[in-house]
Amino acid sequence: MEMRTIEITVGAFVLASAFALAFLAVKVSGVALTGNEKTIILHARFDEVGGLSSRAKVSMAGVTIGRVTAIGIDPVYGEAVVTLEIDGNLTALSLDTGAKILTEGVLGGKYVGLVPGADEEFLVSGDTISNTQGAFLLENLIGEFVTSMGDN
Amino acid sequence: MIRLLRILGQQALYRFAQIGSATIMWSSALSNMPRRSDFPLFVSQMYVIGVKSLVLIVLSAFSIGAVLALQFYTQLARFGAETTVGVGVAMVLLRELGPVVTALLFAGRAGSAITAEIGLMNATDQLSSMEMMGVDPLRRIVAPRLWAGFFCMPMLALIFSAVGIWSSALVGVDWLGIESVGFWAGMLDNVEIWEDIGKGTVKSVVFGVIVTWIAVFQGYDSEPTSEGISSATTRTVIFSSVAVLTLDFFLTLVMYGDF
Repeated sequence: MEMRTIEITVGAFVLASAFALAFLAVKVSGVALTGNEKTIILHARFDEVGGLSSRAKVSMAGVTIGRVTAIGIDPVYGEAVVTLEIDGNLTALSLDTGAKILTEGVLGGKYVGLVPGADEEFLVSGDTISNTQGAFLLENLIGEFVTSMGDN
Repeated sequence: MIRLLRILGQQALYRFAQIGSATIMWSSALSNMPRRSDFPLFVSQMYVIGVKSLVLIVLSAFSIGAVLALQFYTQLARFGAETTVGVGVAMVLLRELGPVVTALLFAGRAGSAITAEIGLMNATDQLSSMEMMGVDPLRRIVAPRLWAGFFCMPMLALIFSAVGIWSSALVGVDWLGIESVGFWAGMLDNVEIWEDIGKGTVKSVVFGVIVTWIAVFQGYDSEPTSEGISSATTRTVIFSSVAVLTLDFFLTLVMYGDF
């Protein structure tokens, strides 16, 4: 085959793979083309995270606004410390914002839900959310149910 | 007993020597920097290895994506979780099936062709006549194929994953009626650019290098008879398939096994 035709088809092949990469990056993994590196880092202390994983989403009113970046433990109080990375545009989260660990559907993964507060001061990067509600564990509920049955 | 031991020793020495000479061939083919004048050779190998595999890759990706969507759907719809079909298919394709199936098809389509071609060159003394003329066959024949494999495999794997996801959307959303927004939003929420796409691409680069390396060496090392070429071609497909699948396990272990 002529070299020209070969070069043209190879060029088309390279272009096709670039399109494939662009499709995967934008449509599948959701890389935002406009770089919004500005984020707010918040910490939240929970008594129980039960199955929350890092990279789990953080949502408010059902809208995804960030991700869990790390989960650690406070060795003194025995509480889980969850680090949240939140969209930098949300500068008006009031100081008494609550955080809950919720489950997506029946079988879905755990995620962190933020509940708006009423305080007039706002959370800034590095703050800790103290108004939290840990994960709901079915085992604990069953345990309570069994003990309360015993009392009756 | 001694004879058995001797055969075992012979075999072991033979294998080690083969691995050694394959490594020497690979490194000496890649050690001299490609010159500008080598570029047309590389482009024509991109055509033979990459473009000619494209139809096979696209067709396979289309059916694999469609089948995955069907299988995931029948299982997940029982729990009312059919929107997670999108994430499932995307993860499976990007992390595993994209690189692995592409590499297997690539070994069958391009690897065997490389071995047969170089094997025939060897059998008809084209390689030694090149050396006589002062043309380095490693540079003229081997190096462009190795480079083309290095670049073609990840490109083919990306196309494979993209076509697979598209065909799963076609089956899942347009035919089975999974809610479209949930299907795509699930992917957006869970697929990460480096964790899933990047690592999958790294895998496919490794597979591309391994498959072309095996193919070129088997061709170079083949007995200069028609049976020799045929068994070298068979060995290429077998060795590269086994190498790809074994290596995939270890790559997955290193990349995703955080324990």
